[in-house]
Amino acid sequence: MWKLGPLSLTGGIMFRTFSMSVLAGVLAAFAAPALAGQTNVAVAANFTEPAKDIAALFKQKTGDEAVLSFGASGPFFAQIAHDAPFQVFLSADEQRPKAAVEQGYAVKGSEFTYAIGKLVLWSKVLDVTDGEKALKRGAFSKLSIANPAAAPYGTAAVETMKALGVYDALESKIVQGNNIAQAFQFVDTRNAEVGFVALSELYGVADGTRWLVPQDLHAPIRQDAVLLKKGENGEASKAFLEFLKGPEARAVIEKFGYGLD
Amino acid sequence: MEAFVHIWEPVRLTLELAAVTTLALIVVATPLAWWLARSRAPWKEVVAAVVSLPIVLPPTVLGFYLLIALGPGGPGGAVASLWGARTLAFSFSGLVIGSMIASMPFVVQPIRNSFAAVGDRPLEVAATLRASPSRAFWTVALPLASPGLLTGAVLGFAHTVGEFGVVLMIGGNIPGRTRVMSTAIYDSVETMQWREANILAGGMVVFAFAVIFSMILIEKRFARVRA
Repeated sequence: MWKLGPLSLTGGIMFRTFSMSVLAGVLAAFAAPALAGQTNVAVAANFTEPAKDIAALFKQKTGDEAVLSFGASGPFFAQIAHDAPFQVFLSADEQRPKAAVEQGYAVKGSEFTYAIGKLVLWSKVLDVTDGEKALKRGAFSKLSIANPAAAPYGTAAVETMKALGVYDALESKIVQGNNIAQAFQFVDTRNAEVGFVALSELYGVADGTRWLVPQDLHAPIRQDAVLLKKGENGEASKAFLEFLKGPEARAVIEKFGYGLD
Repeated sequence: MEAFVHIWEPVRLTLELAAVTTLALIVVATPLAWWLARSRAPWKEVVAAVVSLPIVLPPTVLGFYLLIALGPGGPGGAVASLWGARTLAFSFSGLVIGSMIASMPFVVQPIRNSFAAVGDRPLEVAATLRASPSRAFWTVALPLASPGLLTGAVLGFAHTVGEFGVVLMIGGNIPGRTRVMSTAIYDSVETMQWREANILAGGMVVFAFAVIFSMILIEKRFARVRA
């Protein structure tokens, strides 16, 4: 019995501390928007890792917090159009931020290109160091690309093959990932011998051989950011976008294999 | 006309996939359900739980492991090499395997329940009339369990039609070969082709309603027969 006393006492204190911290958390959550120390950012999935690094640097420098949500740009756009609580949108393309401005969900003139995607031919089975030659030989059964109807990297892959004059020969070998991450998985699991992926996906990947597609073979893959109407009066949101244009963020973006304007 | 082909092709492929998957599932799931209903093995519920896993696992997770299993590094690649292919992914047979695993619990469960409902007695009676165990199975247990088989077949078919995540992960979205209805709808929505999306989705809603409604009718009818 005597042992139970102190134990339950500690339990009581712990419980109280716990509920106090929950209370504090709840209060902070309500207080945060008023202090404008926080911004909610919808981030295109392909930019996940650099965005995390940038948000960490942003917090270090300003004390403000960028709360990141990752996902596909298409569904994000639909959510933003239906009043989703985002203040900043980092899209995987330039069309959706433009459409967001045109349809009144985003602040006019706030859109800018934060990163330019680089396309890579990648294989874990064949030697594609000379990608042009490998594509012209076509000694593979499956070539993976992102869905060109939905993903800019897919469009760029098709443009590249057309520019090299190999599209008609390769068309029957194409398998489509729903997005660029899935195009990567098809090659990574060797289900497809070769595939067009994003250079940023190969960050930290040593496997296989790769060919960086010359940028003149396809239209640039511009990824644009935009300030949404919900962030129009938020200091943290504007600060985050400014930070994204600054040297610290640009260094991160380049490190992960994106180009810059 | 071209728009019609565009819509019809995934529909045809979906119906083919669901039909083949359902037939194969009935063949595989019936003996499995029989064993689950009759066996006294203590670990049979472990098997039952494993069969039910696809209900809980997110389809993309299931699809990712299938992608590995069907690929050159897994058993699927070994099978595919028999006819000179590298992988079972991106093929109709790959979709059938994926759909079978994803829809298995929906077929096994009702069949198992109906076998359990048959109970020991009819089989014992059959045995006293000198029916061999296999004859008792074919002429007594199976006919008595037919409502369960029907329910399992309808649910398996319907679930295969609606399956999306697994097919998305292992299909490769190839027109005429692996682009089924659910991926075609997703594609249309992604690319903002609302008319096409609406036609396909509308068809699916009507189909789903017909399935659920007929299930209710089947159950009512058998309940009346029993009463």
